[in-house]
Amino acid sequence: MKRVSGFFASRAGIIIVGLVLGGLAATLQRLGNPPNMGICVACFTRDIAGALGLHRTAAVQYLRPEIPALCLGAFVAALAFREFRPRTGSAPIVRFVLGVFAMLGALIFLGCPWRALLRLAGGDWNAVLGLIGLAVGIGVGVQFLKAGFSLGRTYPTRTLAGLAMPAVMVALLVLAIYYPSFAPKPATEAAGQAAASAPAPAALFLSKEGPGSKHAPVLYSIGAGLAIGFLAQRTRFCTVGGIRDVILMRDFHLLSGVVAFAAAALAMNLIWGKFHPGFANQPIAHTTHWLNFAGMALAGLAFTLAGGCPGRQVFLSGEGDGDAAVFVLGMLAGAAVAHNFLTVGNTVNAAYAVVIGLVVVAAIGMLGREKLPVAR
Amino acid sequence: MAVNVDARGLSCPQPVILTRKALQEAAGGGEVVVLIDSMTQVYNCTRAAEKLGWQATYDEQGEVFTLTLRK
Repeated sequence: MKRVSGFFASRAGIIIVGLVLGGLAATLQRLGNPPNMGICVACFTRDIAGALGLHRTAAVQYLRPEIPALCLGAFVAALAFREFRPRTGSAPIVRFVLGVFAMLGALIFLGCPWRALLRLAGGDWNAVLGLIGLAVGIGVGVQFLKAGFSLGRTYPTRTLAGLAMPAVMVALLVLAIYYPSFAPKPATEAAGQAAASAPAPAALFLSKEGPGSKHAPVLYSIGAGLAIGFLAQRTRFCTVGGIRDVILMRDFHLLSGVVAFAAAALAMNLIWGKFHPGFANQPIAHTTHWLNFAGMALAGLAFTLAGGCPGRQVFLSGEGDGDAAVFVLGMLAGAAVAHNFLTVGNTVNAAYAVVIGLVVVAAIGMLGREKLPVAR
Repeated sequence: MAVNVDARGLSCPQPVILTRKALQEAAGGGEVVVLIDSMTQVYNCTRAAEKLGWQATYDEQGEVFTLTLRK
């Protein structure tokens, strides 16, 4: 008979790790990642979708090494602490759909919950609308969960299945380091301009301008990603879980880590003169308040029904959770949908996406309510 | 040993919801046994139980954690 103990399970542990994570995120901004985007699981997954050619928005194409590093950091932590448990079987296709709509919602706001905090820490008040939307979405999701919503149980599976996502992430990391391109080098400037207007298929796309062209040196990104993944796996750091546990049971454990994350990023921004308060002219942001709110409400609901924020889904996929891996792939597909259907940066399309998304995800919430057998 | 909640394989926060339900039904006190399958759920359910004034201990056997809650 053991009692829960240890640094990482303690209140001090989650707060210190939150501070470290926020500090690392702000440092990545300092090292070259886009403003208020030191780490953004939504944006970075979107950039990876662009690098892979799943969408053709030229400004957001870069194979961000942080995402595979986050997964592999969690993978290493799970192996080291005997928490690598291959498991799957809990409605993977529904999780894929939730991943798609979570991504649509997050990209309408322009960021995952982590970036919402980083935007707030940079003085972008539009993030307040997003965070309120996120909390409302989570609140609705908690009501579905209390009413018996479940995607069913996962079951232990083969080691092979648990290794699949970390293996994919290793492949992405290798691609991110070597960044192969098969596009022929233009012989003349005119040919170069022609090629730029009709880009030939390359192994990987790479933004020449815009957010996708801004990034920290690859090895720093990988190092920070691995560290964040490792620490987040140990503490179960989760932004959606932080808000959810407060709504569900007035428990502030995870939220204290989330607040520490934002506080550390704010402190670094103040030191480096990167705190610019206001609504207008914020980097990679818009001021359509209701869409900032509604986009994140959709994302919050989808994350809650799937069991955690996008970062947490990446870490879980590193622990061998095949269903979380499918959610991550859903986010990748969602990024392609968002940019190919122009739900990013187009108010009318975004409005359609939010309404359709809320209908679909609410339907999942309604249909997934089953009386769970308390003992099987 | 009677098992009150089998939350193996359930995503966050369902193990917590089921555990809280079982503890609220046994409000007077006693012993509630919860089966879960990850340390994450051990942490979450322990916090939920302590919040309601219960003491938690756990045992690990292979893939299964048995969480015993007492008040």
